[in-house]
Amino acid sequence: MSDSPASAQPGPSPYGQPMAMDASPVVLFRNVSIAFDGPPVLEDISFSVAPGETRILLGPAGVGKSVLLKLVNGLLRPDEGSILLFGEEISHMPEEQLFPLRTRAGMVFQEGALFDSLSVRDNVAYQLIQEKVPDSEIDLRVRDALRFVELEETFDLFPSSLSGGMKRRVAIARAFIRQPELLLYDSPTGGLDPLTSTTIIELIVKERDVYHTPSIMVTHRIQDAFLLCNNRFDPEQGRMVPLPNGETDPSTTFLMLDEGRLIFDGSLHELVRSQNSFVREFLE
Amino acid sequence: MAIDAIEKTAKNLVLTVQDYSLFAWRAFTNLYRPPIYWPEFLIQADIIGFGSLSIVILTGLSTGGVLALQSAATLSAFGATAVTGEFVSVTMIRELGPILTGVMVSGRNASSMASELGSMVVTEQIDAMRALGVDPFRKLVTPRIAATICMLFFLTIVSDACGIAGGGLVTVFMNHQNGTQYLNMAWEHLRYPDIIQGLVKPLFFGYILSSIGCFYGLRTTGGTQGVGRSTIQAVVWASVFIIFVDFLLTQVLLTLFPPL
Repeated sequence: MSDSPASAQPGPSPYGQPMAMDASPVVLFRNVSIAFDGPPVLEDISFSVAPGETRILLGPAGVGKSVLLKLVNGLLRPDEGSILLFGEEISHMPEEQLFPLRTRAGMVFQEGALFDSLSVRDNVAYQLIQEKVPDSEIDLRVRDALRFVELEETFDLFPSSLSGGMKRRVAIARAFIRQPELLLYDSPTGGLDPLTSTTIIELIVKERDVYHTPSIMVTHRIQDAFLLCNNRFDPEQGRMVPLPNGETDPSTTFLMLDEGRLIFDGSLHELVRSQNSFVREFLE
Repeated sequence: MAIDAIEKTAKNLVLTVQDYSLFAWRAFTNLYRPPIYWPEFLIQADIIGFGSLSIVILTGLSTGGVLALQSAATLSAFGATAVTGEFVSVTMIRELGPILTGVMVSGRNASSMASELGSMVVTEQIDAMRALGVDPFRKLVTPRIAATICMLFFLTIVSDACGIAGGGLVTVFMNHQNGTQYLNMAWEHLRYPDIIQGLVKPLFFGYILSSIGCFYGLRTTGGTQGVGRSTIQAVVWASVFIIFVDFLLTQVLLTLFPPL
């Protein structure tokens, strides 16, 4: 049982673009279940992502967070329930019809998942190369994307010569080079040191507040979730700054999974006041 | 418990055969449908074709040499060492050239395909490709299969030529027989059906070894250990399947082109 209804939408964000309250959701899950040769990994999951909304998916390791994220863009198919992506039902959509739909959503994988035989330039430009965009335009757009993640100097390098944090940042650049309509982050800070994690979160905050792209971020690190919720990107200073008076970003909301079930769906305010014993244990 | 284990193994086997059949059918139909990734095809043709040239030349030379040695030893008992050339050329072109090339290329390339694609699966590169809107089947599998079929055809011709040359070298320098006679016998007794048999087989073997290599690579699970497991399965099943299909093909081709 969720603490709050899945349809609850946050109000207008004072730090970003006003959120469309009545706009149709970018992602909509209705009673989704999936199993792999055993008990269900996810059971009866329902939630939505509104335009401009950032959803943080919390839960301990192995609870099905990455599976849920892969269901969003059809990398996995549910056994039951329906999934709407950009208003289109994708649970039974043929793979070939899913490809054009997926190009509208960027995804950052757990370990970056960069193509190790390609240079950083070719990794970031992967979609543009497939679309046969002229080389000169590709170079410009790749440099722009790498500048956004502050890694312009890695243009000609190969993934093997990058650190774990740099790989994630390149993966972020690859995910949003085509200005996607949805961003999916799968544990973008997993296995990184606190300083590098903060750099990654700062990039996600920057993306959220500059481009207002709706997103889902999977994490088991509550500190990352709070950091994302309690900060905003200041374009004048060019860095992330805390929101005044302990405010939180209203466009950033939380989902929590436990044993394959969605046990929480709501704002940070509701999360910290939840009486659910698992939520309390997780927060402590 | 034992029955459970047998049931599980049988189900897995049936499931694998079903999955491979679907995979092989999709791979076959993709060969004729756009988009075709020509740069990937050329890269794979270089890796598979030119990369395998040295092992195919060495295998061909050695096999032809061994055939000449063995046949001369046996044929001398009947005073028929003069037909060594015919024996070596027909055996190489109809049977040993295609099958040895298929097995050798399978050992080199089915393993390489399984490990490369398997590594991409476990590091989520395949999922990343799908998430970026690119079909990994068309981008990775189809060029490999097309390149293997194409290059195995030419590698088999090279192997046949090297086998006949190897037999000739042994005949001249070790068996001390007449080289011209060897070549005449090798050429004159060769019929078109022999050549057709020898050139049809690599088309099937190329398809088998590449589709099995890609199939096991893409269904890799279980991290780096899983990659190793997939590689072994790919080489074993590709080799066994090639030999089994060779038996079936030989039956069919001998029916179509009966020996004189």
